[in-house]
Amino acid sequence: MNKRVITLLSLLIVVGMLLAACGTTATEAPAAKIKVCQITDTGGIDDKSFNATAWKGIEDAITQLGIEGKYLESKEVADYEKNLNAFVEEKCDLIVTVGFLIGDATKATAEANPDIKFSIVDYAYDPAVPNIVGQVFNTDEAAFLAGYLAAGVTKTGKVGTFGGLPIPTVTIFMDGFAKGVAKYNEVKGTNVEVLGWDPANPDSGLFSMSFDDQQKGRELAVSLMDEGADIIMPVAGPVGLGAAAAIKERGNAYLIGVDSDWFLTSPEYADITLTSVMKLMDATTMQVIKSVIDGTFQGGVSVGTLANNGVALAPLHNLESLASAELLAEIEQLKADIIAGTLSVK
Amino acid sequence: MSEAQTEKKDLGQAILKEIIPPPEEEAHKKSFWKSISIPALAILTGLLIGALMIAATSSTVWAAFGESIWRGFGTAFKEIGTAYQALFTGALGDPVRIVRALGSGDAKEIRSALNPFLESLVQSTPYIFTGLAVAVGFRSGLFNIGVEGQLFIGAAAATYVGYSITGLPAFIHMPLALLAGALGGAFWAFIPGYLKAKTGGHEVINTIMMNWIAFRLTEWLLSGPMSRPGSGGMPLSPLIQKSAEIPQFFQAPIRFHLGFIIALAVAWLIHWLLFKTTWGLNLRTVGTNPRAAKYAGLSTTKSIITAMLISGALAGTAGAVQILAVNRSMALGLSSGYGFDSIALALIGNNTPLGVILASLLFGTLRNGATRMMVVSAIPIDIVDVIQAIILMFVAAPAIIRAIYHLKKPKKEETTIFVSGWGGK
Repeated sequence: MNKRVITLLSLLIVVGMLLAACGTTATEAPAAKIKVCQITDTGGIDDKSFNATAWKGIEDAITQLGIEGKYLESKEVADYEKNLNAFVEEKCDLIVTVGFLIGDATKATAEANPDIKFSIVDYAYDPAVPNIVGQVFNTDEAAFLAGYLAAGVTKTGKVGTFGGLPIPTVTIFMDGFAKGVAKYNEVKGTNVEVLGWDPANPDSGLFSMSFDDQQKGRELAVSLMDEGADIIMPVAGPVGLGAAAAIKERGNAYLIGVDSDWFLTSPEYADITLTSVMKLMDATTMQVIKSVIDGTFQGGVSVGTLANNGVALAPLHNLESLASAELLAEIEQLKADIIAGTLSVK
Repeated sequence: MSEAQTEKKDLGQAILKEIIPPPEEEAHKKSFWKSISIPALAILTGLLIGALMIAATSSTVWAAFGESIWRGFGTAFKEIGTAYQALFTGALGDPVRIVRALGSGDAKEIRSALNPFLESLVQSTPYIFTGLAVAVGFRSGLFNIGVEGQLFIGAAAATYVGYSITGLPAFIHMPLALLAGALGGAFWAFIPGYLKAKTGGHEVINTIMMNWIAFRLTEWLLSGPMSRPGSGGMPLSPLIQKSAEIPQFFQAPIRFHLGFIIALAVAWLIHWLLFKTTWGLNLRTVGTNPRAAKYAGLSTTKSIITAMLISGALAGTAGAVQILAVNRSMALGLSSGYGFDSIALALIGNNTPLGVILASLLFGTLRNGATRMMVVSAIPIDIVDVIQAIILMFVAAPAIIRAIYHLKKPKKEETTIFVSGWGGK
């Protein structure tokens, strides 16, 4: 019996290997299409955030441009370099990495392999590396529209915001938001106040000093609401969910999401999500892929803007009734002006 | 546990049994094939079940079965074959390619061809240290679930020494950073060890709690006092000095480093300590039968504390080696769960240093091969976790493997390690 089992097993393995051998020789067809490979950070490919959105860009390119796409997930920091090496070995034409933490490894591999093209999401090198495109985002353009919208919707005349940490990728949201409100005041002669951020006095800004302490987000939202804010934009990743919970409990205020469309990603808060300021790395990733295909790829930065859909204001979905038709039309006009370059949000 | 009962009845004999050096070593040599038959068959079974899962989760296979049964089986075999072939070449290298590369004499090509095997050793290195850490704990009757936290503290200590001190020659700086890692881990393990020895506070609970403290502490350190200038609050340490780096032997992409050899040396040292010294005998005696050891005049307090110190030092070294040899700076995603995987690993390795090395090589090889498997056939790396889990289940329950493969039951009682203290003291 014992022997029979073992013979059977070995037979299975041999047959399997033979079939596999046939299979691999048959599939070695000449491939002219480019190969784009993504390495996620430890968040994984389905993090509903940067990794997932960047991968969506590659998937779009697979269906629209007929490229070949692959990804590898990193389970720990040591995997970054290993995965980069695996894709270098795989002769990928473009390797996309995601996030600040993978920056060192991407730079080292890019410098060791000057003939391969790289792109890193939400990070840029100074000085630039000739074969890396850093994808950065003019988030203030979309946040400006959000600020204008908030100023038009608020009933108390006060809107609020807070950040995770006082770092440029966060404060750019708050800057745009505050300037959008200021624009509304200028146009309408109103006096809508922004709590939590003043571009002229960054030291007085409100920050949770954390990107994962939801309790802190809740506290900040409560204090902003106590001061009279009825629209709050938390720029602190998941901390914003704490703020959302507090807003939902209070029941008379609204939320502006960041990075992705929170109406879709956090459906439990759909009925209080006025809009979201989105960073669309799928659009910028797609752009980089296109530049590799048409040969215009050049190291440096690729900036996501309203014009190239790298940043955008999410639709109002169920809360569209809160904004008047004129207000929405004005926002469309502002968007067109920013794209045309006649209006600066800086 | 049954241990406690026998000991009451037969105390004198129990003490004698423990005090006379066990004939374990010889027994191991005689029944070498017997002792590895269960793990080997467990691995084979794990891979077979993994193969079924690869086929069952593949949409191409389902589509082929829709056409005809034979086509379905053909496609299934092809998919499994491609996947395992990639797993194999990704983990050990493609023999054809190695021969061709050696023939061509192109240095870069040779490095790339040999890299898979050497990378498997790199992947195995942290497993060896953490596996030894758990094994030392088990041997002395302690269930150290805090290896992960000790690894973090060790890594943080090594990172700090690695980047903050400048101007030291490498032969001092690197060992110093490594030592800092070992001390950091030892310190973190000392706390639950001390609590266990002096107050009876259960080490399972305390080491788990110490893990959380370690994670949050390192998070604070990395985004505060130890953060890299310009990182904008992201938890990331500065790069360590060149002089603190554990050398890698070859150029990119090969990452094979001195740490692997240190790991083997440390494993030998632990083997020597545990099985060749009176101290090790005392430790194991306390581990298998604490009350008998007490009656025999051994100090359980001392034994528990030293065992935890050594276990923690090994865990800390695991973290330090990862930082100094591979990562070169510290971020929170430092470990993919080495501290927890190593519990399984120590069990597969039967808590012997050699067993731990073999089990580590298996885990490291599987993980390394999985990357190539994912590249070639888009099978998620997670399948390797599943295969590992199945292997572990079978190793932990050898009766299943014996039933499947109709093996005879061993005459003697299998060497099992009793972890005391689940119920009483």
